[in-house]
Amino acid sequence: MPQELFNASVAELSRMMGAGEVSSVELMASVVARTKAVEGRVHAFNSFDEADALAQARASDQRRAQAKASGSPVPALEGIPVGIKDVISVAGQPLTASSRMLANFVSPYDATVTRKLKAAGAICWGRLNLDEFAMGSSTENSAFGVTSNPWDLERVPGGSSGGSAAAVAAGEAIASLGSDTGGSIRQPAALCSIVGLKPSYGRVSRYGLIAFASSLDQIGPFARSVEDAATLLGAISGHDPKDSTSLRMEVPDYNRGIAELARSGRKWKLGIPKEYFGEGLDPEVGAAVQAAIDEYRRQGCEIREVSLPHTRYAVGAYYIIATAECSSNLARFDGVRYGHRSKDATDALDLYFKSRAEGFGPEVKRRIILGTYVLSSGYYDAYYLRAQKVRTLIRRDFLEAYKQVDAILTPTSPTPAFKKGEKAANPLAMYLNDIYTIGVNLAGLPGISIPCGFTAGGLPIGLQVIGQPFKETELLAVARTYEERNGWRSRFPKL
Amino acid sequence: MTYEAVIGLEVHVQLKTQSKMFTRVQAGYGFPENTLTDPVVLALPGTLPVMNKDALDKIIKAGILLGCEIAPVCKWDRKNYFYPDSPKNYQISQYDQPICKGGSVEIELPGPARNVMGEHKRIALTRIHLEEDVGKLNHGEGVSLVDFNRAGTPLMEIVSEPVIRSADEAFAYLTALKTIMIYGGISDCDMEKGQLRCDANISIRPVGQHALGTKVELKNLNSFSFVRDGIAHEIRRQAAVLESGGKIVQETRDYDGQTGTSQSLRSKEMAHDYRYFPDPDLMPVEVDSAWKESVRATCPELPFDRQRRLQEQYSIPYTITSVLVPDRELGDFFEEAARLCGKPQAAGNWITNDLLRELGAAKVALGASKVRPAHVASLVKLVEDGVILSNAAKEVFIDMFHTGEMPGPVVARKGLKAETNTEDLERWCAEAIAANPKSVADYKGGKESALNAFKGPVMRAAKGKADPKRVDETLRRLLS
Repeated sequence: MPQELFNASVAELSRMMGAGEVSSVELMASVVARTKAVEGRVHAFNSFDEADALAQARASDQRRAQAKASGSPVPALEGIPVGIKDVISVAGQPLTASSRMLANFVSPYDATVTRKLKAAGAICWGRLNLDEFAMGSSTENSAFGVTSNPWDLERVPGGSSGGSAAAVAAGEAIASLGSDTGGSIRQPAALCSIVGLKPSYGRVSRYGLIAFASSLDQIGPFARSVEDAATLLGAISGHDPKDSTSLRMEVPDYNRGIAELARSGRKWKLGIPKEYFGEGLDPEVGAAVQAAIDEYRRQGCEIREVSLPHTRYAVGAYYIIATAECSSNLARFDGVRYGHRSKDATDALDLYFKSRAEGFGPEVKRRIILGTYVLSSGYYDAYYLRAQKVRTLIRRDFLEAYKQVDAILTPTSPTPAFKKGEKAANPLAMYLNDIYTIGVNLAGLPGISIPCGFTAGGLPIGLQVIGQPFKETELLAVARTYEERNGWRSRFPKL
Repeated sequence: MTYEAVIGLEVHVQLKTQSKMFTRVQAGYGFPENTLTDPVVLALPGTLPVMNKDALDKIIKAGILLGCEIAPVCKWDRKNYFYPDSPKNYQISQYDQPICKGGSVEIELPGPARNVMGEHKRIALTRIHLEEDVGKLNHGEGVSLVDFNRAGTPLMEIVSEPVIRSADEAFAYLTALKTIMIYGGISDCDMEKGQLRCDANISIRPVGQHALGTKVELKNLNSFSFVRDGIAHEIRRQAAVLESGGKIVQETRDYDGQTGTSQSLRSKEMAHDYRYFPDPDLMPVEVDSAWKESVRATCPELPFDRQRRLQEQYSIPYTITSVLVPDRELGDFFEEAARLCGKPQAAGNWITNDLLRELGAAKVALGASKVRPAHVASLVKLVEDGVILSNAAKEVFIDMFHTGEMPGPVVARKGLKAETNTEDLERWCAEAIAANPKSVADYKGGKESALNAFKGPVMRAAKGKADPKRVDETLRRLLS
């Protein structure tokens, strides 16, 4: 167990608070102090409200005392500070999407996940930095400054949920929420040596998540262990009448399910897609992932090669579908009702031109233009419609593979964390960062990144486990099988 | 040269639902600005649409009433364009798979006279789809303000085939459509409240020519008369352009009903590329046959079908049915009254003449009328049985219109009962005959009109309360 409260897991802290060894206020104070100590170097947050967080912690301690007195159960997240990506709405708090467009916007309502976290007793802690409107893989596209990787401050934490990953890795939050459209949870989790889970599309409500690409976006947790990720997933999952794309499926008790699967001694059949181990894969990353695969084999799992033949079309299809949807989703930011309004505008059209020109950063503009183009009359069939067909083929590839295997193992990211500015000038190189994660979004599958080692230079490496639709319990159990055999969890960055 | 007009109408009809199309905030008219809003209506970051089932039920009902083919799946698309009244800067609509396809509207053209039925024909429909309404811009001096109360109201777009041939046909089409919508409880179609809006696509071509002329879209047709006048004006304008050797430009024109003129709004080159694509926030909704049947069960008889039935079933004339049928409630009122008294013609007369006149004078809606079908039926029976005479009946009607009392008590209270004492009547007739031997001779000599000479004295003796029919019968019997 780590010495510091701010580096402990949800499970450990929940036990400690339950036993009266520590209060939520003490925990929150520890996290606040840590944040103040390291935030100048990490810059994981766009903003945080210390007084509000401590007030939430006090209320939590009172709830716990009342529950104890009445003998009622206390939820696992009671009193736990959970950081929230600044693209998920928390009533009364800023909601900026790391964009100048929303620099002064305060959301009047709670996202469904926020409401559920609050109902589970968690403390909504701070607004975590991201690539503007979740578009990017390095958090360099934030209008409010780059987040640093806690393992090497010269390097990026990944993105777009870079702040969510860095905060948990640096001890500035016990867990956090991010959103994943093409890898935005899993890739930064890999680059920061923590656990990042993207649930099946439709498992978690998107109500209150600023939409980037509606058919791909999914909210998910960052945590220090698979167990913690499962706890958070359980808290935020479920059908939401406010999101027509959230599915009416029962939410299982994930941790109980994982424990039952572990007791059953089930030996997993795991697929290794050959297309994910080719050109562009950093040798150290490849070796670490191979070592993880070997560990699974030692555990008695059956390792099989599988093929996902349409993988090479995934990045292309993704950048058509995601940009098309974003060009429409971001149309609402026009300076009319809220958000940045140009002071120089002379009429309605000019208001749009100037407000959007001033409010959006270059990557957001690039994607809006691309998306507008692919939806244009005469191009729709050649781009958007074809991309949707590719999407169907990619999903079919996965479902075909799942006839043979329970889950699929791949690297999360082709390289470890790269230096700030290294890829900023080359959007295409940046897009290729998502090459192993994008297919999961296109197919609507659940995927998790778990730590699987470090490079010789001390940079984290992530293993991606891809599961079957709505079989998060199995996915988490597979991840747990590896996690419990290694000591990556006990390493913390030196800050 | 003689020209033929080719007209297609796009009619937007607001559905009469409690809440908006994609969120549960109230839909309504006449509320203070921006009070019928919520985070979804205002398109705040992170909000998502959730479909209103009642709106889908209502458009399916419209589709069934108009004989459309109902799609097995309700699919949603985004229509992308920037305008300050559109909170998301895209409108959720239906592009390639409208919920209703085909169908038609039966219309009645003006007859040769007001009381003569005109020609009926059917205007084919292309499609009906569901979408959401936008907000409203209020332009002031130097500023424009947006009111989002209307934004997100369920809106149905009814597109006709280009088979309308005249301004009168367009007027008849709208009238028929409105009647059907009101019959179905689908919309109130109050144009003043923006519940029905109409754009017209108009082209003309020389009679006999098959190829279509260049079409012009006419907007801002704010009333049924403006639709008729605007179309008539546009047909004349296009004919004049062609006659003077000019060419019709494909454009959108704005019709000003006050001045009876139109102005170009934009040309084809400025047309939007709406970049339609399926809305990823809304799953397609399956509309199975059980759903359709449950809606079908709520569908009323169509107005023109009802009119034909009333004419056959009750043998009442067009002059009455053409008044009763366009108002579903009035038709129901009539059928109830007819059922209660068994005298449809008389009931129809009372309703279409006396009741409507009094309601109009008092500015009272039928629903609030104190006279109910039972009053009318009872009054008809009193007259039929000779209990009161028709002039007394008129008085009874006005009384019960104001008091709501049944005719019987009114007659008693006012002493309007007809003189029905047979003995008295026999005596008065005998006296009249005895007093006028010349007319007796005339009558017996074949002069029918001589009978009238006895009626005056009988009526005077009866103080006007004798039933003329019975007076006539008695006189004839005594003289035979």
